[in-house]
Amino acid sequence: MAELSYREAVARGIAQEMRRDPQLVMLGEDIAGAGGVFKTTVGLLDEFGPGRVRDTPISEQAILGAAMGAAMTGIPVIAEIMFSDFLAVCFDILANEMAKSRYMTGGQVSMPVVVRTHNGGGSRFGAQHSQSVENWCMMIPGLKVVAPSNPHDVVGLMAAAVRDPDPVVFFEHKSLLADKADLPDGEIVDELGTARVVREGSDCTIAALALMVPRALEAAERLAGDGISAEVIDVRSLVPLDTQSLLASVEKTGRFYTVEENPRLCGWGAELASIIADEAFWNLDGPVIRITTPHIPLPAAEALEDMSLPSADRIYETVSKALA
Amino acid sequence: MSTEAADRGAYDYSQRPTRLPDKVDDANSELAIPVESRVAMYELQQVLRQFEKRAYDLFMQNLVKGTSHLSLGMEAVAAGFGVAMQPDDYAFATYRGHAHTIARGAPLGPIMAELLGRENGLLKGKGGSMHLTSVDHGMMGSYAIIGAHLCIANGAAWSAQLRGTDQAAVAFFGDGTTNIGAFHEALNFASIWKLPVVFVCENNLYMEYTPIDLVTAVPHPAADRASAYGLDSIIVDGNDADAVFHVASQALAKARAGDGPSLIEAVTYRHGGHSRADPGKYRPADEVEAWMDRDPIPMYHQRLLKLGVPEVDLATIQQTVAGLIEEATEYAKSGSPPGEEHLLTDVWADGGSAWRN
Repeated sequence: MAELSYREAVARGIAQEMRRDPQLVMLGEDIAGAGGVFKTTVGLLDEFGPGRVRDTPISEQAILGAAMGAAMTGIPVIAEIMFSDFLAVCFDILANEMAKSRYMTGGQVSMPVVVRTHNGGGSRFGAQHSQSVENWCMMIPGLKVVAPSNPHDVVGLMAAAVRDPDPVVFFEHKSLLADKADLPDGEIVDELGTARVVREGSDCTIAALALMVPRALEAAERLAGDGISAEVIDVRSLVPLDTQSLLASVEKTGRFYTVEENPRLCGWGAELASIIADEAFWNLDGPVIRITTPHIPLPAAEALEDMSLPSADRIYETVSKALA
Repeated sequence: MSTEAADRGAYDYSQRPTRLPDKVDDANSELAIPVESRVAMYELQQVLRQFEKRAYDLFMQNLVKGTSHLSLGMEAVAAGFGVAMQPDDYAFATYRGHAHTIARGAPLGPIMAELLGRENGLLKGKGGSMHLTSVDHGMMGSYAIIGAHLCIANGAAWSAQLRGTDQAAVAFFGDGTTNIGAFHEALNFASIWKLPVVFVCENNLYMEYTPIDLVTAVPHPAADRASAYGLDSIIVDGNDADAVFHVASQALAKARAGDGPSLIEAVTYRHGGHSRADPGKYRPADEVEAWMDRDPIPMYHQRLLKLGVPEVDLATIQQTVAGLIEEATEYAKSGSPPGEEHLLTDVWADGGSAWRN
């Protein structure tokens, strides 16, 4: 057992997999010598050497292209895109090439790639370095998408992502990097496509992702003080999506809310809301409500950014009002 | 804004010189190329020419849907590289990829069937003309959004480097690709990592409908950029298979020796338009005529005769190829449209497309 931060868990997860598979390599900007701009890859260069942990120029298309070409010729790869906002620079390779190649070629091409990227707000970086863009990837057929909320899940889902033969986009939340947890010794391997009930409850279901999970838990704690029993589900994996856990929870609680850091339109919760409406309509005792960032570019000023992202206060107030 | 200011930097089509082909360099017949390789290049050019003509005919019969980008007139580039490459090398092409797929040895029938959208197609009808791929033949894909595949070819070259093989990756692309960012990212990246990759610009003088020299800051869209990435400027007659074979062999040897990438600009010309929808009317008639006279295949036929290959041998090759194209056409026409059972397969490695439980 050792206490580990979320950022240290990233490096531990990668190291665990690089020890297991001597073919696994990684590349990205400032990941080797500098240990990553968010220090999520510290120690990997020392342990695995410059042949397996490689710094690149600021060339996101070249990074993902190299990852794809290596993967389709038998070398599993972890590629880092420093900020998830930068996925827009290389979205052609992610969305048009990596995601579609297996299907377009009638199943000829394999794509064992993990694209790691630092996602989300709270750092006061403004509209181009703070976005939550997991929904950009969720809507592309052929991409798997995970976003862990705690150090244990970081290691386990990293292992699952690396071992998966399909392209996985792995969102590491910038505002969770300092969070700590006790992790067991030895290998941790999790499973993609599994949500987790992180707080049991009977009056409503709150589905959250990444940074929104601790905020939903805080809101649930306050709701409990008011006699409202909220169940909180950490969605963890958007693709594949664990709809069975969500549906089972709604069957029990009759109410469904999402907490999404992405801007409103076509956020991941819209798909969940649609599924609940389609398949659990007769279990519902009230409308499905989505709690999201407003549909705006994220502002930089502390005060404005804090108003934008769903807070524990906003979750608490929204759920209280809905259940009043 | 004044008219003068508004016009600054705008294209003046009237000022564009007609780009006529260079004369055939007879010295290329002296290059030390084994006669078997030359005959192989002749045969391959025949296959490419006859295949593309048949593909065109099948469009006209409305048997090929969608679009298609033919390599008619540009066969010498694919043939020169096709014969110079090793069987385990990797090739990457653009949407204009029929020729490069055939040159890697992928079977003609399934390629034709793919154009017809049939179940027996190379990609089971799921990719179509613009995405021809045959991993078993080292044809690692045809990429329909230009630029990306240069970066992806780097990855295949990196993989060869990591696995310690002597494989090389070759990325074919058009002149238009040299103006997209991925081209520049790929070249810098390949150069700093000394990757065993060869970048081959098929400069057919038109990006799509617009002359490349009106939209490019330098006269040679690829070769004039090479020095920015520490590479030699290499321009070759893309209508002479021997010349292409020669530079291809040198670049591949350099890649296998661990000396890094090469960038080759092969100057050539499309006999037709950009794609099925384009009759190519924007090209000056005298230019088209001059390039039709520089057709790579009759020239090569004459060269082989001069080098002592009997006419009967060449005629036999032509006839044999005609039979292969006929067989491929029959194979393609015999295929069924893909059934619904294929619609939801092969999104994931498990063979399915499930995104939820």
